[in-house]
Amino acid sequence: MIAAIIFSVLLIGGFGWFGVNILKIRSNILLGRDVNRKDKPGERWKTMTLVALGQKKMFARPIPALLHLGIYVAFVITQVELIEIIYDGITGSHRAFMSSLGGLYTLAVSIIEVLSVAALIATIAFLSRRNILKLARFQKPEMKGFPTFDANLILCMELVLVFCIFTMNGADEALYLKGASHASHEAGSFGFAISSWVGPHIFGGFSVETLHILERVGWWGHWFMVLAFLNYLPYSKHFHILLAFPNTWYSNLEKKGKFTNMESVTAEVKLMLDPTADPYAAPVAAEGTPQRFGAKDINDLTWKNLMDAYTCTECGRCTSACPANITGKKLSPRKIMMDTRDRMVEYADGKRKNGLDYEDGKSLLGDYITEEEIWACTSCNACVQECPVNIDPLAIIVDLRRYLVMEESKMPTELTGMLTNIENNGAPWQFSPADRGNWIHED
Amino acid sequence: MSTIHVPTMAEMMAQGQTPDILFWVGCSGSFDDRAKKITKALVRILNECKVNFAVLGAEESCTGDPAKRAGNEFTFQMQAMMNIQVLDGYEVKKIVTACPHCFNTLKNEYPELGGKYEVIHHTQLIQELINSGKLKLKEGGVFKGKKITFHDPCYLGRANDVYEAPRMLIEKLDAELVEMKRCKTNGLCCGAGGAQMFKEAEKGNKEVNVERTEDALETQATIIATGCPFCNTMMTDGVKNFNKENEIQVLDVAELIANAAEL
Repeated sequence: MIAAIIFSVLLIGGFGWFGVNILKIRSNILLGRDVNRKDKPGERWKTMTLVALGQKKMFARPIPALLHLGIYVAFVITQVELIEIIYDGITGSHRAFMSSLGGLYTLAVSIIEVLSVAALIATIAFLSRRNILKLARFQKPEMKGFPTFDANLILCMELVLVFCIFTMNGADEALYLKGASHASHEAGSFGFAISSWVGPHIFGGFSVETLHILERVGWWGHWFMVLAFLNYLPYSKHFHILLAFPNTWYSNLEKKGKFTNMESVTAEVKLMLDPTADPYAAPVAAEGTPQRFGAKDINDLTWKNLMDAYTCTECGRCTSACPANITGKKLSPRKIMMDTRDRMVEYADGKRKNGLDYEDGKSLLGDYITEEEIWACTSCNACVQECPVNIDPLAIIVDLRRYLVMEESKMPTELTGMLTNIENNGAPWQFSPADRGNWIHED
Repeated sequence: MSTIHVPTMAEMMAQGQTPDILFWVGCSGSFDDRAKKITKALVRILNECKVNFAVLGAEESCTGDPAKRAGNEFTFQMQAMMNIQVLDGYEVKKIVTACPHCFNTLKNEYPELGGKYEVIHHTQLIQELINSGKLKLKEGGVFKGKKITFHDPCYLGRANDVYEAPRMLIEKLDAELVEMKRCKTNGLCCGAGGAQMFKEAEKGNKEVNVERTEDALETQATIIATGCPFCNTMMTDGVKNFNKENEIQVLDVAELIANAAEL
C-alpha cells in the first residue's frame, strides 16, 4: 500500500514536472516570429515519417546509424513495458499482463530484452567513440564543459536502465525457477530471451530473500531511471527524441537555395520604383510593432529557428561538413544552434523573472555569435543537408547578416564595394553596364 | 571556329520576332574573361542546334544574388524588380543560364516578387538537345578515355537537386567520370558562395578552394569539370596553387561538349 502511494506520488510528480517544463519550452519557442509551416500536410507527414521515424538521413553514415537505430528502437519498444510497470505500481500487482497475454507476453518481453542488449552494445560503442576514439566532431570548442558531460550522462543513464531491466527480469527468473516468484505459485521459467540465461547463471546463487530485494531494486531502479530521464530531457540535448518529430513535420519544403523573401522590404522597394508615388505623402502606419530588418536577438528569429535550436542534439554532422569549419574558420553551424538555444533560455528566463519589459542588455549577435563566424559562411547548404532532423542553421546565419548589413551597415569592406557596384552599374565589379554585351563582338 | 550569332531581345523585337528562350548571361559570363569563353561555348552549341534564343545585352543587370547572400535585401529586391520589368516587357517565358547563382535566384527567388519564368541550367538544356538528337557529338571524340571529375556547384546540386544532367553529359563524351570522395549531396563548396567570391576569407588554416582541389587531385582526373563560373575560378586557382596547371584543365561542361562536337 505504501509502495503504491510512493509510486503514484512519483508518477504524478514526475509527469507533472515534465509537463511544466514542456509548457515552458513551448512558450520559449513561441517567442519567435510567425512563419507559415502548415501548407502541404501530405508532404509534411511523409517527411516526418521518413526522416524522424525512419531515420532516413542518419543512414548517410551507416555505422552510427545502425548503433543509433538499436538504441532508438529499444527505447521506443521499452515504453510498452512501462505500461505494465505503471499498472503494477498503482495496483500493487506483479506482472499483471502475464496471464492475460500468455505467449504474446513472453514474446514482447523477449523482444525488449534482445533490443536492450543491442542498446547496451550501442551505448558502449557510443561512449567509446566519444571518450576513447575521440571522434573529431565531438572535440570541437563548443563541446567543452556541459555539452560533453550531458552526452556522457545520457549514455550512462541508458547503461543503468539496461542493468535495471536485467536485474529485474534475471532475479525474477531465478525466483520463478525456485517457485518463489510473485508472478506464479509454481516453479518454472518465464522463457524470456535473455533473462532465462541471466537468471540461473548470474542470480542462481542468491537466496530467495536477496532475490526478492534484487528484483525490487531492478524494478524501482527502472522506474526511477524513467522518471529521471524524462525530467532531465528538457535540460538536455537529448530532447531531440521528442522534438525530432514536430521539427521534421515543420521542415522547410522549398528548394534549399531559396532564401526567404523579406516582405517588409518589398513594400518599400515597390514604392521607390513607382513613378506615381507621392514623395511627400505621410508614411502608411505599419501594423503592430515595427519589425527589425534581419535578426539581432531571439525575438527576431522565427519560431521554427527556435524549435530547430531545441531539437539540436549536438551531433556535429553539420560542423564536420562545413567548408568554413573544415578549413579552420571559427564558424560552426552546431555552435550557431547551441548559442541560439542558450540565449533563448537566458532571454526567456530573464523575462519570466523580471517582467516582460526586462532587457538584460545582451543579444544573440555579439554576446553569443560573433560577426567573424557569420561572415565565414559560404551558404553552401552542407549543414542543412547533413542534419538528420532537418535543422536549418543557414537561415539563422542569413538573418544575422541581414541585421548587420541593413540595420548597422556593418560588413567586410570589400562587400561594401561589391554592393555599391551592383547599385551603380548592375554588376558586382566595376564594369560599365553599356559594355555588358561586348563579349558578343570580341574574339 | 565559326563566328557566333547572338541576337539581342531588342533586335528581335524590332524585327517582330520572339525567341523561344532567353539566354541569361550573368555578370561573370559577360565580364569575366575566363567565363566569357564558357558563354561563347554555350552560344556555339545553341547556334549549332539552331535554337531560337536571344540575350538581353546591355539591358541585363545583376540578378542581385550576391547582395541577397550578403544580407542586403534592399539591393537584391531593387535589382530583381528592375530585371522583372525588363523580362516581363519582353514577355520572356523561358530562361537558360550558365550560372547556378543566377539560375537559383531567377528560378526560386523571383516568383515571389512577380517574376515567374521557366528557368533551366545550361547543362539541362544541352541534355535536352542531345536527347532530342539536335546535337550530335563526334565518334571517338577528343575526351575518349580521359578521366574527368565533376565538381558539384552548391547552387546547382544541394540548392536545386540537379546532379544528373552534368554527369550525363560527361558520360556522353566517352570519358571516364571519376567521382571525388565528397560529391553530389556531400559535395564540398569551392569557397565562392554566399558572397565569399567578393571578399577575403576569414582567418583559418586553409583556403576552401585548396581543400576542394585536393579532393579533385585525389581522383587522378586530368580534367575538372564544373557548371559554374565561380567554381571555375576557384578550382582554377586551386590547381595553380599546386602548380598543376599544365597537367590539369578546369573546364565548364558546355566547353567539354562544344569541343566534343567540334564547334
